[in-house]
Amino acid sequence: MPAIRNPAAYEPQGRAPRPARKGGLPAWSVRHARFLARLYAVSCAAVNFSAPLLRRIGLERLEGAAALLERETKGRFFDCRMCGQCVLSATGMSCPMNCPKALRNGPCGGVRPDGGCEIYPEMTCVWVRAWEGAQRMQAEDAILQVQTPIDHRRKGASAWLALLRPIGGKP
Amino acid sequence: MGAPMSGNGGKPWAPSPPPGHVSRGRLERVLRSGQFAVTAELNPPDSADPGEVLRRAAVFEGWVDGVNATDGSGANCHMSSVAMCALMTRAGYSPVLQVSCRDYNRIAIQGNVLGAAALGVSNILCLTGDGVQVGDQPEAKPVFDLDSISLLATVKQMRDEGRFLSGRKITEPPRLFIGASENPFAPPYEFRPMRLAKKLAAGAEFIQTQYCFDVPLLERFMARVRDLGLDRRCFILVGVGPLASARTARWMRANVPGVHIPDAVVARLEKAGDPKAEGKRICVEIIRQIRAIPGISGVHLMAYRQEEAVCEIVEESGVLAGRKPWRRPAGAASDAAAVMTLDEALESGVDD
Ligand code: SF4
Repeated sequence: MPAIRNPAAYEPQGRAPRPARKGGLPAWSVRHARFLARLYAVSCAAVNFSAPLLRRIGLERLEGAAALLERETKGRFFDCRMCGQCVLSATGMSCPMNCPKALRNGPCGGVRPDGGCEIYPEMTCVWVRAWEGAQRMQAEDAILQVQTPIDHRRKGASAWLALLRPIGGKP
Repeated sequence: MGAPMSGNGGKPWAPSPPPGHVSRGRLERVLRSGQFAVTAELNPPDSADPGEVLRRAAVFEGWVDGVNATDGSGANCHMSSVAMCALMTRAGYSPVLQVSCRDYNRIAIQGNVLGAAALGVSNILCLTGDGVQVGDQPEAKPVFDLDSISLLATVKQMRDEGRFLSGRKITEPPRLFIGASENPFAPPYEFRPMRLAKKLAAGAEFIQTQYCFDVPLLERFMARVRDLGLDRRCFILVGVGPLASARTARWMRANVPGVHIPDAVVARLEKAGDPKAEGKRICVEIIRQIRAIPGISGVHLMAYRQEEAVCEIVEESGVLAGRKPWRRPAGAASDAAAVMTLDEALESGVDD
C-alpha cells in the first residue's frame, strides 16, 4: 500500500506547502528581496497615505476586495498564507507561514544538513531562504526583531488594511 | 505539612530568590558562581508509577546540578514534564521543566508555567518541539501557537512584569530561571548565533544545545558568539551524550531531527571492539575539549537509555573539579517517603 501522507495533519496553517515549487516565483522573490522590500515599503506608505480616503470608504467595505487582491498577488510572489499580519519585511521576503511549525522568529533546530525542512525534506527551510533574503535587504537586521505571537483572529484578512487598524485591536 | 519556611512576607511556600538571582534554584546559583555546571536529561517513563521517576532521578544524584524532564521529546508520548518535575521537587531534586510549543497553546502553557512554579520548579527550558511526524502518533494535530522565542518572551513577561500575555495581573509571579535551546550544528549556520541573540533578547538566561559531536563546528559558532558578546549575557551548556554503537549513531542521524554526527565518529565506533566503551570515551573527550572553549559554562548530558553512564562520564571527564553537586543527605526522606507524602496528601482530607 502506498504511504498515504496527509499533509494537512502536519500543517498548522491549514494548507500544505507545495514542495514541487522549490524554485518558482517565491524563490525569485527571495533573490530580489531588496527590490521587493522597497516595493513593499512603498505600498505600505501608499496605504498609509490614502488612509483618510480608505477610511471614508470604510475598511469593512474594502476588506473583501483588498484580501482578494492580496491573496492573488502575494500568493503568487510569496506563497502568502494570508495570516493577516505580514512580517515579510523582517524575514527576507520568505513567508514564514510556509514553515509547517509556523515559526515567525527563526528556524527550529531540525533543519537538515542540506537546508531541507525537518518535516518536508523536499522543501528548503523557509528560514534558510529568509536568511539569504535578509542579506540582500537594506534593513539586514530586521530579521533580528523579536516577533510577538500571531493573532489567529486576523487569519484570512488583508494585512494591508490591518496597517490602518490599531495594533492589538480587534481584527 | 512540614515546617513553614519564612522570609517571603509570611508566605510559607515561597522564599525570595537570593540577591542577584531570578530563581531559588540550585542550577542558577551554581552557574552564577562561575562553576562549570552539569545537567542531565531524564527520560520519562511510560507509566503512572511515581517511583519510576524517582528511581531514574536517583541515578544522577550527586553528579548533576539540574535534571531536565523532557516534554514528549521526539514527539513520543510519555509522562508529562510538569508531573515529573513536581515529583522531583518533592524529593529535593532541581528539575528543569521543558515546554514544547508543539503540544499546547498559549493558554495551556501559561497555566502550566504557573502550576510548575507553584510546585517548586525553578528552571524552565522553552522549546519549539519536534514535528509530530517523527513520533509515535503522527496523526496528531501540531499546535505551534507560540514559537520558542515568543514563549521565552511570554515567560519573561509573566515573571518580570507579573502579567499574562493578555496583560492580566498575576498576584505571585513564577520565579523561574529561563532557558532556551540552540542547535549550532544545523543550517543556516551564520544565522544561528544571531538566533541565539534573539533568544537572549526575548529572555533566555541559560542555553542548552543540541548534541555536540563536531567540536570544530562548535568552536566556529562560539567564536561568533563571543564576537557578539553573547557568552557574557547567558550561560551556555553544551549538549553531549554517549553513542552506544555505530548503528545507534546512524539511526540517530536519520531519525532524530537536528542531530549531526560526523562520519569520523561513526567510523570510530565501527572499528571499536567495545563500541559502548568507545562511545563513552568519545563523549569524555568531547567534554574535555568543550571545557577548554572560552564562553562555555557547562555541559548537558543526554544519555538516552544509558543513564547509568552519566556519573561515570562526569567523573572521568573531571569537569566537576572535585565539586560535589547536591545529593539527599543521609537519613533524608527516601523515595518511598516522597511518594508517601503524596499518598498522605491525598488521604488527609483532600477529597476528590
Ligand atoms: S501576510 Fe502573513 S502569510 Fe502572507 S506573506 Fe505576509 S507573513 Fe506570509
